[in-house]
Amino acid sequence: MDLFEYQARDLFAKHGVPVLDGEVIEKAEDAAAIAERFGGRAVVKAQVKVGGRGKAGGVKLAADPADAVAKAGAILGMDIKGHTVHKVMLAQTADIKEEYYVSFLLDRANRTFLAMASKEGGVEIEVVAEENPEALAKIAVDANEGCTEAKAREIVAAAKFPAEIADQVVEVLQKLWTVFIKEDATLVEVNPLVKTGDGTIIALDGKVSLDENADFRQPEHEALVDHAAANPLEAKAKAKGLNYVKLDGEVGIIGNGAGLVMSTLDVVAYAGENHGGVKPANFLDIGGGASAEVMANGLEIILGDADVKSVFVNVFGGITACDAVANGIVQALELLEAKGEAVTKPLVVRLDGNNAELGRKILTDRNHPLVQQVDTMDGAAERAAELANK
Amino acid sequence: MAIFLTEDSKVIVQGMTGSEGMKHTRRMLASGTKIVGGVNPRKAGTTVDVDGTEVPVFGGVAEAMEKTGADVTVIFVPPAFTKSAVVEAIDAEIPLAVVITEGVPVHDSASFWAYAGEKGNKTQIIGPNCPGLISPEKSNAGIIPADITKSGPIGLVSKSGTLTYQLMYELRDLGFSSAVGIGGDPVIGTTHIDALRAFEADPETKLIVMIGEIGGDAEERAAAFIKENVTKPVVGYVAGFTAPEGKTMGHAGAIVSGSSGTAAAKKEALEAAGVAVGKTPSETARLARELYGKLAG
Repeated sequence: MDLFEYQARDLFAKHGVPVLDGEVIEKAEDAAAIAERFGGRAVVKAQVKVGGRGKAGGVKLAADPADAVAKAGAILGMDIKGHTVHKVMLAQTADIKEEYYVSFLLDRANRTFLAMASKEGGVEIEVVAEENPEALAKIAVDANEGCTEAKAREIVAAAKFPAEIADQVVEVLQKLWTVFIKEDATLVEVNPLVKTGDGTIIALDGKVSLDENADFRQPEHEALVDHAAANPLEAKAKAKGLNYVKLDGEVGIIGNGAGLVMSTLDVVAYAGENHGGVKPANFLDIGGGASAEVMANGLEIILGDADVKSVFVNVFGGITACDAVANGIVQALELLEAKGEAVTKPLVVRLDGNNAELGRKILTDRNHPLVQQVDTMDGAAERAAELANK
Repeated sequence: MAIFLTEDSKVIVQGMTGSEGMKHTRRMLASGTKIVGGVNPRKAGTTVDVDGTEVPVFGGVAEAMEKTGADVTVIFVPPAFTKSAVVEAIDAEIPLAVVITEGVPVHDSASFWAYAGEKGNKTQIIGPNCPGLISPEKSNAGIIPADITKSGPIGLVSKSGTLTYQLMYELRDLGFSSAVGIGGDPVIGTTHIDALRAFEADPETKLIVMIGEIGGDAEERAAAFIKENVTKPVVGYVAGFTAPEGKTMGHAGAIVSGSSGTAAAKKEALEAAGVAVGKTPSETARLARELYGKLAG
C-alpha cells in the first residue's frame, strides 16, 4: 500500500525523523488558520499518489492566509495524471540551500534491503539513476543487522555528503530505518532531504509503501487506507475477503490461483482480438480450497459489474474440488434469482482436475440456460469473448 | 532421479496438528511420502493417527531429526509464526525447508533468508507462499495434487501453483521428474535458477518447463542463466501480459512497477536465451511436446 505524503510525514514524525509542521485539509477555507499559525506563509501541496505533481501545478507557495485559501481552492479538485486531488497539505516554508535524496527499499533481486543516497535530490531519482548513475550510491543493508551507525556512515560516505552535515544525515538514516522496520515498509524515501539556511537537515517530502502482509501486526495501518479511492466493486470484494482487481473490459473472470487467473486474463484478451477487442473485466482469484460459498460470493460481485457482458469461470481443481465449484455456481444463480435479480449474463465454465467429472455432471444436470461448459481453457476463453461481443 | 526430493526423503511437518497441516499431511501420506513426524511443542510426545498411520509429534525440529533422521520439513504454521518456524529449521540444519504459508511479511522472509546465509546455507528454503514440490511416484512435500501425473522426463519450476497443476495435467502422459513451486512472493528461497541448475544436472530430466509471472526480474536472470549454463531444452510461459501497472495481482510479488517487471520483457529475455515461450498454457504444453518428440527422435 502506497501512502500519501502527509501520511508518510506523520510516520516520519512518529519515529523522530525531522519534518516541518504540516496539516492536511479537504476544504480550502481551512487553509487560512493553518497559514496564520505558520506565520502567514505556507506551501500548499496536492496529496496524490503519483509523481510529478510539482510540474503539474500541484505545489504552490502562498504568501499569506488569504492566498493560502485561494491556492488550496485552485489545487483541490485538480486532475494530476488521472488522480483527482481531494486533499492538500499545508506545510511550513523552508529556506532551502541544498537538496539531497535518501531511501531504504526492498531489493527483490538480492533478497535483502538496499539504501540509496544521492547529493542530487529534488528531482526524480529514476532520472538521476539513468543520467548520472555514479551520483546515486546503493548500499546493501542486511535484514538482521539493520542500519547501524557504521552502516549509516558508509552510506553517507558513498553518497559523498558534505562533512558538515554527515552526523545529522547519519542520525536521519537511522531514524528512517526505524520507520522502515517498525512500520513493515517496503519503501521509505525522502526526496528532497534538505539543508536549510541555518544548516539543519529536514525531510521535506517523502514516500512510504507498506507491506499488507504485515497488517496482522500493524493494526494502525487500517486507518491509512484510502477508502474513498477504492473502486466500489473492489471494496465490496475486499469486505468479502476476495482477491479482486477491477479492470476495464467486458469479460468477467473467476479462477483459482493467482497465476492461473493472470493467465486467464491473457488468454481472454488474445481471444478478444478476434471478437471486437473485448477484454477481461476483472481479476478474481477464489484461492485454493475454495468453497461453494466463496464461489457464490465471487459470482455475485462479477454479475453485479455493469461492464460485464459474459463470465468465464476457469478452475483447475488442485485442492479445490470442482464439485464444490459447480455447487457454488448453482447456489449463486439460485441465490440471485431468489433475490429477484434477473441473471442475464452467460457463464462459460471450464472445470479440470480434482473431481472435474462430478463438477461437470452437476452443471449438466442443473441445465441452467445461461451456463455453458467448454472443455479447454483456450476454447472457453474464445466462447466467453464471443459472447461478450454480442 | 528427481531434484531436491526423492523416495528416500524423510519428511516432517511443522504445524501438522493445525487444520491445514493435518489435511495435507493426510494427502502427503496417501501419495506415498515418508512422513516421519510432526512438530508442535505443546503436543510433544503424543502421536496422531492419520488414517491409520501413527505419526509421532516432537517438541522441535532438532529433536525430530535426531529421532527420525528427517531431512525435509514442510511448514504450515500461520504467518505470524512462520519466521520462528523457519529459523528453528535453519538452527537444526535440516537440509530442506518447504514453506507453504501464504501472507508472510516480507521483512520476515528477508530476515530468515539472511539468517540462512549467516548459518552457511545448510538449509535450502523453498517458498514462502508456494505449493511445495513433488517428485511423482516418489515423494510429495507440500500441497501439489499427487494424482495428476506420473514420474517422467519433464522438470518443472513455477511461481504459480495452479499453473503448475495445469501444465502437469496437459503433459500428464509424459510425466515429470520433479515439479517445484517456488512461490510468487517478492522474497523467496529457492529460485528458478536453483531449480534450473538442479534439473540440468538430473539425468532423469530431459526437458524443462519454466513458468513465470509479472513482477521482479527473476525470469530475466533465469534467462541469462539458461543461456550460459543449460543445455537441455527449456520451454517457458509467462503470465500477466494484461496486468495493469501498479496493481498487485493475487501474489504479493506479482506487480508491474513503472516499466519494470512486465510479462513482455520477461518473454523477450527468455526468447533471446533460446527458450521457446508459449502464448498460453496449452501452447506451452504443445511446444514442450514437440521438443520432447524431437529429443526422443
